[in-house]
Amino acid sequence: MDLVEFENVSMRYGEDGPLAIENISLSVKENEFVAVVGPSGCGKSTLMKLVTGLAPPSDGYVYLGGKQVAGPQKGVGMAFQASNLLPWRTTLENVLLPLEIVAEYRHKFRREKTQFEELGRALLKRVGLAGCEHKYPWELSGGMQQRASICRALIHRPSLLMLDEPFGALDAFTREELWCMVRDLWQEEPFTVVLVTHDLREAVFLADTVYVMSKGPGRILVRKPVNLPRPRELSVTYTDPFADLVFELRDHIGRIREGS
Amino acid sequence: MTLAQRKRLLMKASPWLLLLFLGLFWELVCFAFQIPDYLFPAPTDIWRSWLEYRPQIIEHATQTLFTTVVGFALAVVFGLVLGMLVGSSPVIYKAVYPLMVGFNSIPKVAFVPVLVVWFGIGTVPAILTAFLISFFPVVVNMATGLATLEPELQDVMRSLGASRIDILKKVALPRSMPYFFASLKVAITLAFVGSVISETVASNVGIGYLMLSASSTMDMGLVFAGLVVIGVMGVVMYELFALVERRMTGWATRGSDPAF
Repeated sequence: MDLVEFENVSMRYGEDGPLAIENISLSVKENEFVAVVGPSGCGKSTLMKLVTGLAPPSDGYVYLGGKQVAGPQKGVGMAFQASNLLPWRTTLENVLLPLEIVAEYRHKFRREKTQFEELGRALLKRVGLAGCEHKYPWELSGGMQQRASICRALIHRPSLLMLDEPFGALDAFTREELWCMVRDLWQEEPFTVVLVTHDLREAVFLADTVYVMSKGPGRILVRKPVNLPRPRELSVTYTDPFADLVFELRDHIGRIREGS
Repeated sequence: MTLAQRKRLLMKASPWLLLLFLGLFWELVCFAFQIPDYLFPAPTDIWRSWLEYRPQIIEHATQTLFTTVVGFALAVVFGLVLGMLVGSSPVIYKAVYPLMVGFNSIPKVAFVPVLVVWFGIGTVPAILTAFLISFFPVVVNMATGLATLEPELQDVMRSLGASRIDILKKVALPRSMPYFFASLKVAITLAFVGSVISETVASNVGIGYLMLSASSTMDMGLVFAGLVVIGVMGVVMYELFALVERRMTGWATRGSDPAF
């Protein structure tokens, strides 16, 4: 079943601003891992806003879970390049924030706080943050903050996880560690992910399907299924099939550049 | 004593040392140039006046402290509410700001006669002047704190289905607390300015009145004693709020000393 569906969606900011994205059609199956790549300014973030209902499309239709998106969607998990953790809350309290908000959990948050805390601890443990529960965000390294941020996006078991360049600000080694973390989380209990990135290796390593977008206005140029077997080890990134895929995608991006 | 301990001791003692140094310098200048005490009293003259008029000074100081604190409390409540309105709604922001800046530009001393006509002399105009002069920084800081909320954080919250009240309660207000407490420290000192101005112009009780009547009999020692008492009360109140600030928003300075 398709969880997310775009039907000829266009979007412009303001009354007669330039088109941010143009005529996009795509669909994301349930528990599919989709990556969207493209040069900067190709409207990737606009795509995220449309899916989550934070902005309405100028043209076309966006469906989430079979229903047309109108207004902010409840229960979508989001993580950005900046971790956006709240500095006055400890790591565990930050992770539990969605449970205080999402309609499904908020009325029982006080009553079942200990169970929820256990849930949070368990999730933090899975991403290697055991022992950091009571530390404040600024006491964590950048990579650890990002792990916590992804935990916060997942704690309420959203039907959809949106990742907007979540590893963009990290160094290469930390980034690879976090790829593996996301891979493990997804492998253990699959959920639907839309990952927006401009790192092709990241996209190919993590995703089932990669979409390449062109620049201003954003259009989908290629849809490329990644057929590398799962579970994928990091060493797969040094194999020939992987390199071929990355190269092929890179070629498309290169052409976008020349074309513009 | 280790080097670090010595450094910390010096840090603690530094304001007292500076005070001592300035006092000695003052005394020395008055002594060296034989300045008569009806023009510029030395610290020892001020001390003598304090000992002589202690009961009166304390009585008037209590009145000033009372009007200041009441005016300040009104300013905090009013400033908090108005600041929240201004900071969370662009329309109110646009509408209220010019009016408020204009109002704040009026010298409050020019407004005291009006208050006297309305409320008579004494306590009420002093409280109101303290209030009028000190609410502005609270409103501005509160509004700034709320208006500078990161858009991504709002997106995260909205995509969880948070209402405006949720966002205000969980994110915007706690985030504005450092701004709020900073404004309290400014506002309390301004409140003293307000009540003393009003007492000087229209009252027969309070430090302002005491100083005015002392200067009309050329008792400069008493005038300066009044000044010192206001200064001391200001510092004590400031420190009180600095302490509250450190307890409430230690996360903002990350538990270290608030300085570069």
